[in-house]
Amino acid sequence: MLNSGISVITEGINLQRLMGGLLITVRIAFISLAVGCALGILLGLVRTSRWKIVRFACRLYLEVFRIIPILVWLFIVYFGATGVFDIHLDGEVAALIVFSLWGAAEMSDLVRGALESLPKHQIESGRALGLSFWGLYRYVLIPQAVRRMLPGAMNLATRMIKTTSLVVLIGVIDVVKVGQQIIELSLLKTPTASFWIYGLIFLLYFIVCYPLSRLSKKLEDRWDN
Amino acid sequence: MNINWEFIINNVPLYQKAAWITLKLAAFGIAASLVIGLLCSIVLYYKAAGLQKAVRVYIELSRNTPLLIQLFFLYYGLTKLGITLSEETCAVLGLSFLGGSYMAEAFRGGIESVSRSQIESGLSIGLSKVQLVRYVILPQAVAMTIPAIGANCIFLLKETSIVGVIAIPDLMHVTQDLIGMYYMTVESLAMLVVSYLILLLPLSVFLTWLERKVRYAEFGN
Repeated sequence: MLNSGISVITEGINLQRLMGGLLITVRIAFISLAVGCALGILLGLVRTSRWKIVRFACRLYLEVFRIIPILVWLFIVYFGATGVFDIHLDGEVAALIVFSLWGAAEMSDLVRGALESLPKHQIESGRALGLSFWGLYRYVLIPQAVRRMLPGAMNLATRMIKTTSLVVLIGVIDVVKVGQQIIELSLLKTPTASFWIYGLIFLLYFIVCYPLSRLSKKLEDRWDN
Repeated sequence: MNINWEFIINNVPLYQKAAWITLKLAAFGIAASLVIGLLCSIVLYYKAAGLQKAVRVYIELSRNTPLLIQLFFLYYGLTKLGITLSEETCAVLGLSFLGGSYMAEAFRGGIESVSRSQIESGLSIGLSKVQLVRYVILPQAVAMTIPAIGANCIFLLKETSIVGVIAIPDLMHVTQDLIGMYYMTVESLAMLVVSYLILLLPLSVFLTWLERKVRYAEFGN
């Protein structure tokens, strides 16, 4: 009885629709990751500042995102914007805002960690060579820091892709929503649809995330020694 | 913006109840994850033939898929196979499926951090394999894993925010209901945030303190 249900995946344009949904999920993850990276690198540099108050503010920003679950953030931005400012944000826009800000927070910590882990003599040697402030970052610190933070950044990417599955809860038509629609439509004809569709979505996420986490592990192993 | 304090006060018991559910599920999930994680890390450490591969597959599957989909599959998918689980069982199963692999990695990291020379010294003074684990590896590994395990506990407690999707009246679910019924968006969201802060802040502060202690034990400075 179960086997008969698997055809629900390939029926009509179901598979095509699911892929379309997946594309939206991945799109949200990658745009947020790009924005988050850019903002996070800037913030990470700021976090090595010598002013305590600046470091504290950045730290607070990070902790606020670490402590409150992302789903709560999605709710705050999606429903809160309507409640407080009386504007209606599209679910996808709300998701992009939350994921970009979250990405920036996590990224800033990776950048800070990488910069602080660099041996002090690297900075001193750079100075001794007469490099300017920007020259020091451009030729000495950033190339080394990037190497140290890349595995962490890859992990962040997989976490982001996984977390984008939550956007269905603020009304974005992503792969999960499309799946639910297909399940509802084929409820009478194929009662086992939910098993196959959710199983397939499970696999789809795995297929997207697994290569990234493998790559991160590989980079870590190669650069460790 | 007017805040309806009466609404907030009236709904405190509702949030209290939801917070208990969240805590209860997280506690069961964390306990089960610790057991799964410990078992997996032992299998990986002793390279138990056959089992090792199964554990690897499990870890990769669990780490590279979202909890939301795991829950949907458990709750809606498995019923079709004739396996019907209650909402709570599904939530705890999902949390431990996800948490188990994170805990396994934490334990493995701890075991690997015990330096080779420690193990060799232990062997050279004639300790048996069991004694070696009991007196040399475990005491050092446990200290090293505490920060990672703590971080995983916070992670799992936060992940419980998702279980509302399978009709468990947790904090998220209650908030969504209140917003839908009364349009008291700001009030409901504020209570949601405060609830999570009450649950998570003490844990996070405690962990930072513990991490410092562990580092002290490690380097003695």
